[in-house]
Amino acid sequence: MNSRILALSVFLLPAPCSLLLSQDTTAGKVVYQKWCAGCHGDNGAGDGEGARYMLPTPRDFTGAIYQIRTTASGQLPTDADLMRAIDEGLPGTAMPGWSTRLSDRERRDVIAYIKTFSTFFADTSLRPQPLDFGREPGGGGDDALRVGRQFYDSIGCRKCHGDQGRGDGPSAPTLKDDAGHPVFAANLHENWLFNGGGTVEDIYQRLRTGLDGTPMPSFSDLLEQKFLTETELWRVAQYVRSLSPDQAPAVRDVIRAPRISGALPRAPDDSAWTAVDAYWFPLVGQIIRKNRWFAPAVTGVWVKAVHTGDSLALRVVWDDRSESPDTAWLAHVGRVLAVSASDDSAGERPASWPDQLAVQFPVAIPSGMERPYFLMGSASAPVYQWRWSSSSRSTAVPGLARGVERFDPIPGGGGTPVGAQAAYDHGQWRVVFTRALATPDTASQLPFRTGRAIPVAFFAWDGSNGEHGTRMAISTWYFLALDEPVPASVFISPVLAMALTFGLGLLVVWRAQRKTSFRRQQ
Amino acid sequence: MKGRLFGLVGGVFLLTVCSKGATPRPANESDASTPPAAATDESSTTQQGGGATITGRIKFTGTAPRNRPIDMSEEAACKAKYTTNPPAEETVVTGPANALANVFVYIREGLPASAKYPAPATPVVLDQDGCRYKPHVLGIMVGQGLEIRNSDPVLHNIKAVAKKNRPFNVSQPTAGMKTTRTFSAPEVMVNLECNVHGWMTAFVGVRPDPFYAVTGPDGSFTINGLPPGTYTIEAWHERFGTQTATVTVTGTESKTANFTFAAR
Repeated sequence: MNSRILALSVFLLPAPCSLLLSQDTTAGKVVYQKWCAGCHGDNGAGDGEGARYMLPTPRDFTGAIYQIRTTASGQLPTDADLMRAIDEGLPGTAMPGWSTRLSDRERRDVIAYIKTFSTFFADTSLRPQPLDFGREPGGGGDDALRVGRQFYDSIGCRKCHGDQGRGDGPSAPTLKDDAGHPVFAANLHENWLFNGGGTVEDIYQRLRTGLDGTPMPSFSDLLEQKFLTETELWRVAQYVRSLSPDQAPAVRDVIRAPRISGALPRAPDDSAWTAVDAYWFPLVGQIIRKNRWFAPAVTGVWVKAVHTGDSLALRVVWDDRSESPDTAWLAHVGRVLAVSASDDSAGERPASWPDQLAVQFPVAIPSGMERPYFLMGSASAPVYQWRWSSSSRSTAVPGLARGVERFDPIPGGGGTPVGAQAAYDHGQWRVVFTRALATPDTASQLPFRTGRAIPVAFFAWDGSNGEHGTRMAISTWYFLALDEPVPASVFISPVLAMALTFGLGLLVVWRAQRKTSFRRQQ
Repeated sequence: MKGRLFGLVGGVFLLTVCSKGATPRPANESDASTPPAAATDESSTTQQGGGATITGRIKFTGTAPRNRPIDMSEEAACKAKYTTNPPAEETVVTGPANALANVFVYIREGLPASAKYPAPATPVVLDQDGCRYKPHVLGIMVGQGLEIRNSDPVLHNIKAVAKKNRPFNVSQPTAGMKTTRTFSAPEVMVNLECNVHGWMTAFVGVRPDPFYAVTGPDGSFTINGLPPGTYTIEAWHERFGTQTATVTVTGTESKTANFTFAAR
């Protein structure tokens, strides 16, 4: 009897359900084809036209395997999980946020449509259940971070993310996703690029859920097995969060190089550097000239500069998972080149290339707004560069670049050599360039002057990511400004001005008093 | 305002309707699995040792490729477990007289579609020992537990890469840990991998029936308890691919199906 009623209800009910669904998915398909298919493909397989130029590659919806979820490892995402990814995008990837471009309705519809790419979503026995994450426990501070660090080690984070968290652990070169594409262990010092968000809560959720489809596992089982407590896992999240700056670094256009009275800090870890302000410059792939590069490994450079009146020291610090050349990364290079082979650039065999960095200036300080072409100048208007390579790390080669393909070193530095000292430490390069401000070769080797805005740009290559030649990370023009020596008048004028103001004030008061006493007498 | 209210009420109504419409599914599923007596005729005969048997030997021709040595210098605790032979991958494991081990043999087609076989209560054990999976190739039934153990004092993650099953990726940071997982759909093969140790891979043949085997070092296999019928048997090897044979059995007879792979 019961089953008959059930059968009847089954017979009657699909009509409104499918009606509701079909409305959603039909509208969703229109949105999808207009905005999503370009990368994710017409059939949701992550193989759209744009996919060839992306690493990480766009999500393949057909397997219903999603990285960023609130559900247990292997479970489907909730609609709210999908909505969050659409609304906010996935930082560190090509996926933008859509909350301002698509209406609520459009985003809901497109979620309904995306779910039709996999039969898993139709399986009602697989209804996703968000995990109970609880709340971030109080009592932070150094003790909490110490506990976090202890469990960072004991649950093996360092295996991939490295001892200092820069994604340079011993297993890092071997990582790949389900499709065999290369995957970087996240650099935990750049939380603004975490795919699932960079807050303590986000990090804790990723620890609990894992990032399905990637090597990052779920650590939820460890709670059940009493390997650690929820509070201790929260401490891991707090520790990881503490590795990044409080705010994502803002880009300031002008590097201020203070004038110092002591010796020029030529060593990367000279204590004089600690007092100097650091400037962050993001780098992007070189996608203008062939062979283009869509998968740069270096996300940006931190720059500090000081001068002594005679010489300039410029310290460039950047995170790089490998001290290239390193044969441990050869297989990774092969995977990267295999993915990028589908773009329009020439294919090539993996090799062990060095890491490189170039600092670029114009040949002379421009008087107006006109600057040479930012991408390594041109044949007619070259730029002055300092080039450094990890294969000869205590030298920098000054020279003239005439476009991305041509670099002419200046033999012997042309009387104005550029010094370099470099250190590699736990996934980070620190290189100090030094040079005299003045140069006899004013035609091609920029004479540095104080008090002027000197254009500067940066280029970086991670050899163990297959980068060399035109395959590099680039910046646009920024500025370097060397502080002028402070003239004595700077200190004397305020005192003089104050004295004068005081004197004039006294005069006014004295005259006013004289007038009132005169009137009273009358 | 009113429209919005109506929309809300309507939405709630549809939601209830839809969720009701969805309920019969699990009910049906439990229907299918509740009467074990009716549906599991064949497997019960299996357990009693009746039915037909298919045996065979699997060989290879040519020269077997050398297994790549594994550099375990990162994991001293694992490396220490290899005192006699240095560790190597297990892509092609062979025995005497060109016998081929780690071949998964199963009935691809021919069992009655209606036949249902309950999953055994005892789990299949997969151990992580010396930074390798033991065994390297295994069979399991849908719904049967896969007990994953860690005998190494190092971090392993266990990632299942599957198409017909939901994946998983869990971690075991130290020795003595156990995790049990199940698979919900037949799939040959589900790949298991450890991303901390890129050389660690295992292959799990997930079947809806108990008629499968994995060859040992002598290359032999036995599948017994088969109901009468004509079967397509497939032999799967990690590197050499798959081969099939058709075998017809009746009663309690025993038939032979040998396979020969060309080494490549």
